[in-house]
This record gives sequence, C-alpha cells and structure tokens, in this order.
Amino acid sequence: MDRNVTTAPDLGAAKPLPKAPTGIAGFDDLTLGGLPRGRPTLVCGGAGCGKTLFAMTFLLNGIQRFDEAGVLMSFEEAAEDLAANVASLSYDVAGLIAEKRLVIDHVRIERSEIEEAGEYDLEGLFVRLGHAIDSIGARRVVLDTPEALFAGFSDEGVLRAELRRLFGWLKDRGVTAVITGERGAGQLTRHGLEEYVSDCVILLDNRVHDQVTTRRLRVIKYRGSAHGTNEYPFLIDEGGISVLPITSAGLNHKTYNEAVSTGVTGLDTMFGAGGYYRGSSVLISGGSGNGKTILAAHFAEAMCQRGSRCLYFGFEEGPDQLIRNVRSVGIDLSPHLSAGLLRFETARPSFYGLEMHLARMHRDIEQFAPGAVVVDPISAFRGPEVEVHATLLRMIDILKTRGITAVFTNLCGEEHQPSHGEHGLSSLMDTWISLRTIEADGERNRALYVLKSRGMAHSNQIREFVLTAEGMCLREIYTGPGGVLTGSARVAQATREQAEAAARVRDAARRRRQFETQKNALERQIADLQAALEKEAEELAAFSAEAEEHEAGLARDQVTMSASRRSAE
Amino acid sequence: MTDNKRQHSKPYLVITHEDAAQNQQQEADAAASEHYNLRLYVAGQTAKSAAAIVNLRRICEEHLAGRFTIEVVDLLVHPQLAAGDQILAVPTLVRRLPPPLKRVIGSLADTERVLVGLDLRSGHHK
Repeated sequence: MDRNVTTAPDLGAAKPLPKAPTGIAGFDDLTLGGLPRGRPTLVCGGAGCGKTLFAMTFLLNGIQRFDEAGVLMSFEEAAEDLAANVASLSYDVAGLIAEKRLVIDHVRIERSEIEEAGEYDLEGLFVRLGHAIDSIGARRVVLDTPEALFAGFSDEGVLRAELRRLFGWLKDRGVTAVITGERGAGQLTRHGLEEYVSDCVILLDNRVHDQVTTRRLRVIKYRGSAHGTNEYPFLIDEGGISVLPITSAGLNHKTYNEAVSTGVTGLDTMFGAGGYYRGSSVLISGGSGNGKTILAAHFAEAMCQRGSRCLYFGFEEGPDQLIRNVRSVGIDLSPHLSAGLLRFETARPSFYGLEMHLARMHRDIEQFAPGAVVVDPISAFRGPEVEVHATLLRMIDILKTRGITAVFTNLCGEEHQPSHGEHGLSSLMDTWISLRTIEADGERNRALYVLKSRGMAHSNQIREFVLTAEGMCLREIYTGPGGVLTGSARVAQATREQAEAAARVRDAARRRRQFETQKNALERQIADLQAALEKEAEELAAFSAEAEEHEAGLARDQVTMSASRRSAE
Repeated sequence: MTDNKRQHSKPYLVITHEDAAQNQQQEADAAASEHYNLRLYVAGQTAKSAAAIVNLRRICEEHLAGRFTIEVVDLLVHPQLAAGDQILAVPTLVRRLPPPLKRVIGSLADTERVLVGLDLRSGHHK
C-alpha cells in the first residue's frame, strides 16, 4: 500500500516456488513457506543438535496437519526407538502407522555381516523406499542419515553414484524429502552429501558460550527462493522445535493511538495521551528498591482490570513471592491469576542462554496471546551487550507485531545520566520512565520522571512518589534551589510556604488598614480646606458688594455736588 | 549403467534342483545335515543379476552339491520383501540356513569371498 515508503526488501516478492510447510513454528516464516516442495533438503549439523527431531517434526506435522503421508527411512535408530523418541512430543506414531499414514523403515547396516563379492548397486534401497512411498501414497520422505551407508559398503565410488541417483530419483518421484547429515570437518557433512542436494541446505548448530548452550539454525542455501540468511536460535522442548526469526525485517508495525493506563493515576496525567500507547515498549529503569516492580505490577493489574491478558516474565522472584510483595502496596494480583488473565513465567536467568529465553518467551506469547507483557527485569540477562541488545530487539519486534504493550524493568546505577548500556536500550524503547532516589537531609526519597515518550507530550517534572498501602502515589511538586524537594524537606518547604502565605495575607490586611486610615485623614483635610475656601469666597463676595456700594455712593455724591455747583453759579 | 537395462520381466521365484517335498524335508533338519537355504535378491534382469545367478549355481554345485536350495527373489516383483530381509544392495545373497544369517553382496564373481561369506571357507573347501 505504501509504495513510496522504502522498507526492508520484501522477502516474499520472489516468484513463488511451491513449498511444503514444516509446521515448525518460526521456520516456515523464515523460509517463507517451508521446504521446497518435491525436492530434497539437506539438514546437517553436529551430534545432538536436533537433526532427527527436525526431520521427524517435518514428517509428523506433514501427516497430522497437512495430510501428507510420510516415510521415514532411518539408518541409525531402530523404528521402536524412534517411535519412543517422538512419543514424548505427543505424536502417536504407532497409530499413524496403523492408519497407513506413516511408514518407518529401519535400515540396519552391519558391516561384519556383509561380504562383498563382485559388483553391486543399491537398487534394493530404491525398491524399499519406492515400495514404502507407494504403499501409503507418501508425499514426504525423511532419510536419517544415508551417510551410515558409508560405514556399510566399501565401494565409495558405487555409493556416491547411487546417492546421486537417489536424490535425483527422489526429485523425480516428486516427494518432499529431508535428508540429514552429520557435520564433518571442513565440510557440511562428513561424506559431502551437500554435493548432491543442491536445492536447500539447512545447518543446525549447538554452541556453548559461557557454559550456556544455544541452538541455532541457518538456511545456507535455498535455490529459487528468498530466505532469511541469519542464524536463528531455535528451541527444543516438550512442545517440539520452534525457531525464532526476526518476524519483520522492516519497522512497519501497526501503530495504535489508543492509550493504556499505567495503573497509577498521577502518572497517567504526566503523559499527553493519558498513559502508554498500546503496542509501545516501556522501559522503567532505576536503582534497587526504587519501585520498578511495583510500577510494573500496577500496569499488570490495570491491564487485567481492563480484561486484557497479561503475561509476566519474572527473572528475580517467583510468582508467590511477587504476589505477596506487591500485595503489601495494595496490588492484589491473585484474582487475575486465578481468572486466567494473568500468567507468570519465571525462570532463573542463568538457566538458559539468551536465545533460549527469547525462544521460550516467544512461545509463551504465542500460546497465551496477551495484550500486555512485563519483563522484570531485563538487566537479569547477562551476556555480551550486542547479544542482549539483539535479543531485546527481537523481543520487541515480536511484541510490536502483535500490538502488545510491553513494560521492561531495568536495574541500573544511581547516576543521573543513563549508563552506556541504557543508551543502547533507549533506541528500542518508546517510553522511558526513570525512577531514582533523591538523597538529601539524611533521607532517601523516591522520585520518577518521564525521560522520553515518543509521539506524545509528556511532563518534564520530577515527581516524588511514595509507596502507600494503596499503591504508588505521586506527590505534589516542590522545587527549591537545589532541585526537587522530597520527604521531610518537602514537608518543611510546605510548612514554610504556608507560613509565608499567611504572613503575606496578614501584611496585605495591615496595608489595607493603613491605607484606609490615611484615606480618611486626607478626606478630612480635603473637607477642611473646602470649608476654608468657601469662607474665603463668601468674604470675597461681601467685599465686592461693599465696594460697589461705595462706588455708587461716590457717583451719587458727584452728581449732587455738580448740581449744587451749577446752582451756585 | 545397468539400471536402464533392468526389465520388469515376468515374476519369477525360482526353486532349483529340489522338488518341493524334498525341499521341505531338508529344511526341517537343515541345521543337522548342514543344508544350505540360500536366497538371492535381484532387481530385474540385469547383467549383474544374471551373472550372480550363474556364479551362485556354479559355486553351489562345486561346494554344496546336493545340499542347497536357491530361491531367487526379484525385488521389482516383490518389493515388500526388501525391508524384511534388510536388502539394500543388489544382488544380495542371503544364507537363511544354517544360522547365523549371512549376506554376500555383488555379482558373486569373486568365488573366494562368496565362500568366506557363506562360511564355507574353513570347513568345506576342496
């Protein structure tokens, strides 16, 4: 759909080659459908690396899941032993044989019983195999391992010619065949079977690193088909084989805009979206005793309360201990556990290698199909940083493709700056909450902040939190010159601020009263002056009237005088 | 090589030299009288199988005169017999009696090795 978006090459774009699914979880993904249909495939590897199991799983899955009858020709193990071996994988071999969907032919080669006198060929083998195939209409064939023939016959020239003919014959018959071969020095198989099988070669490997064994699988060659070229870890346990590919080479996971609660009210509001994004990966890092597990447990509880399934991988505590511990802060997980919404998978980190853990987790996730996953803690995984990183990357990939919200806790140092290892983790994580302790005034107090949260605005504050009987509780923020104030200092600061506020109120009241007094005084003064002014005006008016009277009198006098003067003349 | 010359010929289960009644009688006390019950597995009529039949008869006439039975089994006709008798190579000669079971593979051109394979080298050579 997004033609303009350049992502990793689409492995499925090659022209389709018919494939026969193996039913091995993960393997069919990495080979984009399974083994080449109608062609032989060589599965090689050292002793005990799972060749026979791989081949048997291919065969038995073919019968039970894809309705393709199968023939096993074993050159090493007797039919009864084989049946017993795979019975542990819940395959009813005897039943399948009775139903004519499976034939097991054990080819016993005892060199001491055979005398060679003249020319021979291996037509007998062809006849046997052909008869087995025809008797049940088999579509799948396993040869485990024809290299044993080299121990039984001295004429290597004849053997090689016959093996070449055998693989060609298998192809002509159109059966999908798996041929196993023991790993030899300097070449893939001891007797160079890879020379004859050119369509598909798979190498199984069993490596010990730091006393931990990891099984790995690699598709060396797959003619006519694209395939994953990496080494993939695989797992053999009671459920058979599962291979763990990087499920998607690109980063085109579906994204969700919906937020899920962190389980802590105050924390939700620190995220612009109101919680973690669904399908995002969240890292909670912090020192010992900072409440990482509790924060993770809050999330698990919140998810379960929403009716979503949650899978909790614990690498430090057993389920009972964990449930007891988080109950002390008011998180009760046991009802969710009994309701089947919550599942614990706990294991010692050193019990398996990284890849094995990953493969197990993958399988558990497949089976339980959770909406949320908690991994507590990822720091329990010891190993080279590159490998830990790669493991987590694949883990996150698995989770993201399924839209699972994941919370990882990580134990780290107390430094304020993230440690070197965490820098590597950061790129994998969408949201990062850092828990730290702030030491001041003889106290250690817990605080958290959101270091990053992709795709949403988030609070920049460092918030103190306390662990109460009702769970994790975020406190109001008090900042002082030295940073955030916590514990007693926060209380002292609160008291101080209250006192200051009261003082400010008192001060304001006093000022108001002062003002009132002054205003009254001034108003009185204004009144006095007004009165004085009025008096002055009255006086001025009286004086003016007097003056007019005087002028008028003078005028009258003059008239009288002139009149009297004229009368005198 | 010889494979393409293999023909899906008429089924044949050849029992030579003895009639059936005598055969049964001899099988019954084979161990005591050292009767040899031999079965030769071939796959079609190839040069190798023809040579093996001829060679086997010759060796038996020479070393086991009067006390052998040869069955020739064509696996192309009776493929179900291949698994039961653990046949891989053809031609394969199986000594069914006397015990223990012995196998000789090949066209049986090397008489010495056939005799060793049939445990005839020590007791019955001329």
